[in-house]
Parts: sequence; C-alpha cells; structure tokens
Amino acid sequence: MTTVNEQVAIDHGLKKDEFKEICDLMKRTPNLTELGIFSAMWNEHCSYKSSRKHLKNLHTQGKRVIQGPGENAGVIDVDDEDAIVFKIESHNHPSFIEPYQGAATGVGGIMRDVFTMGARPIANLNSIHFGSTQHKKTKNLLRGVVKGIGGYGNCIGVPTIGGQTCFDESYNGNILVNAMTIGLVNKNKIFYSKAAGIGKPVIYVGSKTGRDGIHGASMASAVFDDKIEEKKPTVQVGDPFTEKLLLEACLELMADDSIISIQDMGAAGLTSSSVEMASKGKLGIELDLSKVPCREDKMTPYEIMLSESQERMLIVLENGKEENAKKIFDKWDLDFAVIGKTTNSKKIEIYFEKKQVADIPIDFLAENAPEYDRKWKKAKLPQKIKFKKENFKSLKIENCLKKLISNPNICEKKWVWNQYDHTVMGDTIQKPGGDSGVVRIHGTEKAVAASVDSSATYCYAHPLTGGKQVVCESWRNIISVGAEPIAITNCLNFGNPEKEKNMGEFVECVQGISEASKYLNFPVVSGNVSFYNETKDKGIKPTPSIGGVGLLKNYKNMVTMDLKNEGNIIFAIGKTEGHLDQSVFARNILNEKKGPPPEINLFNEKNNGATVMKLMNNKLILSCRDVSLGGILTTITKMCIKGKKGVKLNNLKSLINKFEYFFSEDQGRYVVEVSKKNHKKVENILKENSVHFDLLGQVQKDNYIYVDEEKISVDELAKHNKNWLMDYMAQ
Amino acid sequence: MNSSVIIFPGSNCDRDMDVALKKFGFKNEMVWHDDEQLPKSDLIVLPGGFSYGDYLRCGSIAGKSKIIKSVIDFAKKGGLILGICNGFQILTETSLLPGVLQQNKNIEFICKNVFVKVNDKNNKYFNSIDKDVLELHIAHNEGNYFCSGDELKMLEDNNLIAVSYCNEKGEVNEKSNPNGALQNIAGIFNKEKNILGMMPHPERMIDKYLSGEDGSIFFKNLLNNLK
Repeated sequence: MTTVNEQVAIDHGLKKDEFKEICDLMKRTPNLTELGIFSAMWNEHCSYKSSRKHLKNLHTQGKRVIQGPGENAGVIDVDDEDAIVFKIESHNHPSFIEPYQGAATGVGGIMRDVFTMGARPIANLNSIHFGSTQHKKTKNLLRGVVKGIGGYGNCIGVPTIGGQTCFDESYNGNILVNAMTIGLVNKNKIFYSKAAGIGKPVIYVGSKTGRDGIHGASMASAVFDDKIEEKKPTVQVGDPFTEKLLLEACLELMADDSIISIQDMGAAGLTSSSVEMASKGKLGIELDLSKVPCREDKMTPYEIMLSESQERMLIVLENGKEENAKKIFDKWDLDFAVIGKTTNSKKIEIYFEKKQVADIPIDFLAENAPEYDRKWKKAKLPQKIKFKKENFKSLKIENCLKKLISNPNICEKKWVWNQYDHTVMGDTIQKPGGDSGVVRIHGTEKAVAASVDSSATYCYAHPLTGGKQVVCESWRNIISVGAEPIAITNCLNFGNPEKEKNMGEFVECVQGISEASKYLNFPVVSGNVSFYNETKDKGIKPTPSIGGVGLLKNYKNMVTMDLKNEGNIIFAIGKTEGHLDQSVFARNILNEKKGPPPEINLFNEKNNGATVMKLMNNKLILSCRDVSLGGILTTITKMCIKGKKGVKLNNLKSLINKFEYFFSEDQGRYVVEVSKKNHKKVENILKENSVHFDLLGQVQKDNYIYVDEEKISVDELAKHNKNWLMDYMAQ
Repeated sequence: MNSSVIIFPGSNCDRDMDVALKKFGFKNEMVWHDDEQLPKSDLIVLPGGFSYGDYLRCGSIAGKSKIIKSVIDFAKKGGLILGICNGFQILTETSLLPGVLQQNKNIEFICKNVFVKVNDKNNKYFNSIDKDVLELHIAHNEGNYFCSGDELKMLEDNNLIAVSYCNEKGEVNEKSNPNGALQNIAGIFNKEKNILGMMPHPERMIDKYLSGEDGSIFFKNLLNNLK
C-alpha cells in the first residue's frame, strides 16, 4: 500500500495546509484509505469550503417551506397532504469529458436525490450551456448531452417538461449541464438522511460497486488542463434501467415504516453517504467492506469507499426489518446487503477482511472540514452606453426581428426537446417551449409550474444585478402560466474561487439572489455549487441557474402564450425605459458588448407580478408571456407564432425610439392579451395598483405584424425561429 | 369489461394505461411479469416503456418472461391483446406479430404528436370508429417498422396494416413518416385481428388539457365494441 506523505495528499487535491491539519487532528498520518476519505469529504464539492460562508446569507425561509437547504433536496407544502420535493444539480465536468454519460448520470443523480426523500419524480428540467456555435466541439457536445439527458429520463419514464439551451463562447472549454427534478410526496411521509438509534443495520442496495467514478468529486473540483481526456475513467456510467428498479423498490419499501434514514450514494459514493448520515444523527457508523457487492475482482477498501458507481443507496433500517426489505429488493432483482451498523462511537470505523482499515471521528470529516473566507473583488457597475441616432439609421425592424428570433439563444429548441419524452405519466399540460412547463399533481385539480433560467451575460456585466435578475426572471416565468411562485433551487456555476474576480462574481451573484428572493418571498430551498469551471486559465461567465417552482390551485386556470382571438387587446405591463445595454439587440445588431445589464427594481417587479396574478385570478388574461431576451417585439412575435395570429401595433407614444422600445430588455414586464369586453376592467385594476402599462395593439386574423410602416410575415418569422437549430444540427 | 396491464421491470406507461382504461370504464388489474396466470380478462395490454432497459433488443427479454406463455395461450384462443410502443416491440419479439422495430431513421428519440390513418375497421379495435384520421402521440427511439417482402405482402393482402402515419388530411406520404417505418406503418394486426401492436400512445391523449383527445375516441370505441 502506498505510504502517505504530503505529495500523495497533494495528488488527492488537498492543499499542504489541509494535509497538515488532517495529521494534527488525527494525531498521526492517515493511511491511504483514510486519506482518500478525507480528500473526498474536504473537497469543494462535498464541503462547500469556499462557498459556505456566503450561502448562509441566502433567504431560505417561507411559510410553505418544509425543508430548506441541507437535505438531499428541498421540500415545499402545496396544500392538502401534498408536498413537492425538488433540487437542481450540476454535472459540468463529467459532461464535457464524456457528454452522453456525464449528462445521463447527472439526471440519474438528481432523480435519486428526490426519490431518496420518498417522493416519486414527476418532472425533469435542465439548463445546458455550450460554447460558441462556431466552436468545433459544440455540435457534438450538444448532441451527446441531449441524448444523455433523454436516454436517462425517457427510460425512467419521467417527463422532461422544460429547460433552456444557451450558447456563449465562454463555455467553449467548459460546458454546463444542470439537471433538476421535481417529485411529489405525502407531506407526512418524507424521508431524511439523518440516522437515529444505535445498533441499527446499515443496508446497501442497488447496483454493484465498480471502479468507475473513483475521485469523481475531486475531478469536479479541479480546473481542466490539456490532459482532460485522461480523466475519462473518472466519469461514471449510468444505467437508467437499474435506477427505475431502484426507484420502484425504494418507494415500495417506504410505504411501511421500516426506514430510519436513507441517502443516495452520489458524489464521493459510500464515503459521503455514510459520513453524512452519521454526522446528521450525531452517531458513529461501522462498515464491513467485505460485504459490499462488488462488480469487479479484488477491489481495495480505498476503491470501494471512493467509487462513484451509480444507482446505489444506503439505508438505515429498524431492527428486524431486514428480511422484509430484502424481499422487496429481491423482487426487483437488486443487490441487498447488510454492510454495517450505527454505533455510539461518533467515528467511522471501516473493516475489510476482518482488519480495521480506517478509523476517523466523524466530526473531522464534516464539522472540521475547512471553511475559507476567500478574498473577492467587488464589481463596478459599467457605464451606460450612449447610443447615437446614426446607430439605428439604416436598420429595419423586420431585419432586426429576423436576426433576433433566429439567435441561438432565442430560437425555438424543438430539436432538443423532441428528444425528451415530455408527455409520459399523462399529466403534462404545458410542454417545453412556453415560459414554464406545467404538470398536474396526479388525480387532483392542482398543478406544478417550473422553469429554469440563467442570464450569464447580465451576471458577467454586473454580478449583483445579474443575480437579482435571474430570480426575477424565474418568478415572472412562473406567473406567466398562471401559477403562484413558491420557491427556488439554485445551481451556482462559477470559475475558480481562488481568483478574486471569480470569487467576487460568486459572492455578489449570491447576494443578488438573496436580495431578490427575500423581497419576492421566493426562498431558496436547495441547490449546489460548481466551482472551477475553467479550462486553461479561462473561466466561464458567472452562471447561476435558478429553478423556480410554483403552484396552480386549479390547472384549468393555466395560461398559455399563444394569441387567442382576433380583435383582442394586447397590453405591455411594466415600464419600457429603452435599456439596450447587454441586450441581444445591442450585442448582435449594434455590436456593442459593453454597458450595465438592465436595472432591477424589486418594488416594481413584485407589484407588476402580483397584479398580473390578480388579473389572472379574475380570469381576465387570455394569453401571457414575460418579456426577456430580445425585448417586447420578440415576445409578441413568439406569441404570434404559437397562436398562428398577427398583430397590429399602435403608433408609439414613447419618447424613446422604436428600436429602444421594441428591443430593450427592461425588467419586470409582461405582454398579455385581453378581450375587448374586459379592456377597461383590466385598465382599472392596473391603475388601482399603480402598474405602468402601454396599449400595444390588437390581435389580427391575418398572419402579419404591422409595426410602424412595416408589414412583417409571421410565417416568415416562424421559419427563422423554428429552423435555425434544426439547420445548424443538420449541417 | 375486464382488462389487465402487464408490468415488466422497466415498464413506464403502465400507470398511464391503467388510468386511461379505468377512465373509460374498464375494470383493470395490474399483472406482474413473474406471475404465471392471467386474471380473467377481455383485453390484455402490454404497455410502453423500457422493459429490461431495452437491453439486448427492445422487448426481447420481456418476450421470454414467465407471464408471456399465458399471453400467447390467451391470444391463440382469440383473446384481445393490445401492445403499445414497447408492447408492440414485445409482440414482434414473441412472433405474435411479424416484423421488427428498428431504430428511428434519424437515430434520435422522437416525442411528438402525429396523425395516423385507420386503414381497417373490420376488427374489434376500430369497428364503427367515427374518424378516419386520429391525432396520437409518439415517444420512442425504435419505432421504425420493417419486415420481409413476403410478410409485407401478407399484411397488405389481408388488410392487416392497422394504422399508417399520415398528415392531417389523411395523406400517407414520406413527409408524414416520423421514423422511417416501411410503408409508414404505425401499427399492425395479426391474421385474426385480435392482436394489435402500434407505436402511438392513445393513453396520452385522453383529455383536452393533454396533447389531444383522440385517444379518448379510441378507448370509448374499443369498450363499445367489446360490450
């Protein structure tokens, strides 16, 4: 066995100081197995050592919050006996190295986090970011990731109801794959990871342990260099079929009261699952690794403890329930082994072939894990760009609109979501492509709306504003389908925290998220942090992905974005100031990449959103879409395409020019369709609530957008919108 | 009317089918693949999903499971068997239906609404159905039907091509073929027309809030024909 010294520790991703600290705590040099366990528990992925200090500032409370951050997933109350369990998680590094398996196991991992808590997954979403569409790797990565996400989710039979696909050159060497799962559980039957009781059997169930994924968590906490291809063996291989069996078997076992605690073996496998269970229960745990079902011969304790083989769970059972539990797992053809017991030692004690191979106090691994207060730099708000008249002189709205609507970040992503089964389980009432995906809570009148959003461009320009904006965007997307926003989960994708600039981006984005979620009463209940998204010294743009969840008390009141009827009135709700800086229009048509992101006014955001909800509750809104990338005209165009209608837009009464009005990305805005009959009623409610609105125009029967002097064919725009990605992938 | 839905490890449309059958008045029971006996049934359904993870070949391992022997006996006595998606694949693997289902031509999973033309109404499934074109939903990776020239001739000569992919107007052409299936075949019967295998999922189209309602027409009609 390798002798442990400082170099071996460094090879495990530990810093010199950290190794010294470990030796001091242990009062001896750890053996290799112990060092492996420390390196897994003390890396960024498991210990949150750079982020913990700042994550404490997140807003996590709310009257519907049953479980906030710290468990396998967050839980919210959705009335009656029902609770929703949800979380988003990154699988960035593995997906860049091996897109299919990386993405697939990302989906598998997040689903396990949700069903570990006793919930049946009812919807998946994802947020995926790729490099420039010109980059040679982008197409293959996109194809592989989409196939991987579909391959896993489709097989399990959970609908993928939404998400986003973004492109930006900052992801050329480091793509992002964030997967989110939503599950449904009876609120009196939620399972937690905290172990309780001494001498209780510790059970291993699921797939056998192999050598795949050893040190996966450490790989995910390191920057990439030229040798990333060599890291392929650290990527796990997914088996959705086994996961489906594991899901059914676990839910069957959960139906009675034999489980004390349950934890999936995700990052850092058996190590982190056993340590976390013991740590939360303030107990010790004893494991006999000879009893772990192994896929390969002669696996060492070190390998068994650090393997990240997928589709495995660790369960602490009530005494005497082993036989009944085994029957269930036998029925589903899954491995089942009693591999240890809980103890009062507050240590993790590991045996292999009757010899003790590791003996570490749990606190050293959990509470004593390092926490850093890393240096960070505050970002200045960039100066606003003064656009001149001649910038707009030769522009025609039609040409701009065609360019925007076929922009890779705005165009329709049907190529992606046609590969995801989005209708299995028979409750998907809003498919991908709208503001939020919506699934019914089976057998009830209720439905859950969910959306995943990110705005790396804004976050990069000014992290504090960007952080706020993503939360607001999520809140608007939930409201736009007629749901009440309840809570969010965040996946914080950043560069190297050891660099002050990147750390600053993290700190300020988190601050922005915190401020907005507090103001909007939209708490964070779960999430994860992914640092070191950097290749050869080049970091990604700061990319917090926010997964928002909302509740529709009656799904029949759901609102969609397609324009409904000729003659109806179109309102813009919220004020258009003409902020073009950082907009898709400024960046792609005016070629101006500088300037601040649009300002967030939380008061208006909340007031506008609450008023739209009020209008919807009074059934006054026939269709709705929030205004985001590409501005008001892009939003209207999408509503026209979806509804196969046209619009006649009124002449502007605004002081800003038409390009600023139609393409600016000011926040807190919605476009809504109202019947003629309700026109005044809606105006009155908006006025009573001091909400700014503009009367944009009327729905037309013919498929044209009449704007200013121009007449633009919706069919033409639809072609641009729908074909871009299909054509790109077909080339 | 009594129906049974068989659950294989990896089935994932079993519940959806159960919901649909019950909604339209069937008394449905779920049957585990490892059982040997079928409950008394007027209709057996092999649901969609990924039985045995689609390992080896879609449907092949399920085709060897314990319950299948009873299913084959039931079929031979003229019992009604409906295989949807993976269920269709299982039926071809057990040779209750001819041909195979290959990977989609574009080598991608496809999830979307499609139209199918009902080619034959002289059977329990489509007798007196009042529509010739149904809008249904597909979600599969291996739906590209293929069979030998002789088998195709046999299917055609006996009116056994139950449903074909078509456009909204009922025109069967290459453009309306989502997966490369031979002759746009979306579903077929056995010679006696008591067995129907098809790729589209009627159980996903059973109320107006879902992808559509033509599945409701299918189930209501089927129940009426069995009464």
